[in-house]
Formats: sequence, structure tokens, C-alpha cells
Amino acid sequence: MAINWYRYASPATFYPVAGRLAPAFGALAAIFAAAGLWIGFALAPTDATQGEAYRIIFVHVPTAWMAMFVYLVMAFWSALALAFNARLSAMMAQALAPTGALMAALALWTGAFWGRPTWGTYWAWDARMTSTLILLFLYLGVIALRGAIDDPRRADRACAVLALVGAVNVPIIYFSVQWWNTLHQGATVSLTAAPKMASLMLAGMLVMSFAAWFWCIAAALWRVRAIILERERGSAWVAALPETNLRAA
Amino acid sequence: MGEFLSMGGYGWYVWMSYGACAVAIAAEFVALRARRRRALDDAQASGVDAEPLRAGAAR
Repeated sequence: MAINWYRYASPATFYPVAGRLAPAFGALAAIFAAAGLWIGFALAPTDATQGEAYRIIFVHVPTAWMAMFVYLVMAFWSALALAFNARLSAMMAQALAPTGALMAALALWTGAFWGRPTWGTYWAWDARMTSTLILLFLYLGVIALRGAIDDPRRADRACAVLALVGAVNVPIIYFSVQWWNTLHQGATVSLTAAPKMASLMLAGMLVMSFAAWFWCIAAALWRVRAIILERERGSAWVAALPETNLRAA
Repeated sequence: MGEFLSMGGYGWYVWMSYGACAVAIAAEFVALRARRRRALDDAQASGVDAEPLRAGAAR
């Protein structure tokens, strides 16, 4: 089966595709979030040492994972945008930055409210926390850099370079708990070892992670549609869209 | 219900975490709809009387 991927590199072709995909991923996010919250609050047992405070894990881990993963995806689209001078790739990178920033902010926020009851502090200049804060600043830097450059194509290239350079921070976050003696605990879940937590806790965390994943996809697709409209306005295909045509009539 | 909300004494921490996530996602959803509305308004304003040459050019 050969799919002509170049066809989908055109904003005009991708716009309706994203319009069909975004609500589907949004619905999936809602379903998985409902299921994950049910598992997390109704089924998962109370933790022996942390009591009910551990239930913050069901939002903390998914947002922290997505904060890192969205950055890597943003860097990937940035690399394509630079290598092939592809407009849609740059738009995808642009669409991911605010959602990634939100995930990083939520990871830090929920981490603070988990750290207080378990470690006795909302914040410490721990390697993992500090590198995650830098991740948030990188997202904000990419967003601010775009806002500072009027020409969208120049902004695409500048943001792509910043996103790629900043990608070095993601492995630093990931391995920070191994490289440094951190207040933050090491990985609880890994692909190579048996999970160090009850299966219902793990299930809740994974289902909530899928919910976060689907939400990020839906939000990025909705945002890229708005970005396409913003940047392609004045073109014949945008003027011919039913949603712009009807409103003009 | 009160027992559920108290979260074994950790209610403040648990609900501040979940509340922030709920507010953030809801705010992003609302912002995305507003951005689309704005983009459509702008496209309508500039799209109708666009020059044919510019409109037809592959950019």
C-alpha cells in the first residue's frame, strides 16, 4: 500500500483531514479520562505509605510524559521543516508548543502538590524539577520567539533551530534521576523490568496517559487548523471553504 | 462524599492537582475555539477580495 505522503504535506489537503481527526481524538481523550479517573479513584487501592496523596500520580505522570514527548515531536517537525522547507511541518511544530507548555506547567504544578505532602516541600532545585522547569521555559521561548518575528517563514526557521537545540534537554530530564542524586524518585515503570506498583495503579496511570496523549493530538490538530487559516488567508482555497464562504455570503 | 473529598487528609493536594488539570484543559479547549473563530473572521475579511494571482499562486 503506497500512500502519497507528500499530498498531505499541503496545508489545503491536511486542513480537512485534521478537521475529521481532531474531534475523534478529543472524544477518545474524554473516554479514556473518564475510565482512568474511575480506575484511579474508585478501583485503585490506597497506597500503604502515601495514603490517598499518591493519587496525584494519575495526572502527574501523564502530564510529565507528554511534556517530554510533545517536545520531541515538536523537534521532529522542526527538523522536517528545516530540512525540506516544509510549511505544514513548521505549522505542526507551532501548533504543538502551547500544548507542550501546558503539559510542562501541569507536570510541575501537580509535582509541587505531590511533593509537599510526601517530601515536605513544594519545590526543590532538584535535577529533574529544574530540568523540567527549563523545558517549560524552552516551550515559552519558542512561543515568544515566534511572536517576536513578523515574517512567518523566518519565524519557522528560527523556532525550528531553537526547538532542535532545546531537544538536548529531554534526555537530561529523562536520565536526571540516574545521573544525579535527586529528591525525585527513579523510574517506577520501565519496559525492561516488572513495574514496582499495584496493577490497578499502573492501569490507571496508563489509561490516563493515553487520555493525555489523545488530548495533545486533538489540541494540536485543532490548533494547526486555526494556524493554517491564519497563514493561508487570502488564498483561493481558504476563500472557497464552506465555513468562510457561507459567512461571507 | 465528605470522606471522598477529604482524601484521607490530602484533599488540598489532590484537588489542587486535579483542579488545575481540569481548568487548564478546559481553558485550552475554549482558547482553541476562540482562535478558530478569530481565524475564520480574519479569513473572511481578507479572503473574499483577495487578488486572483496571489490566491492561485502555490506558496
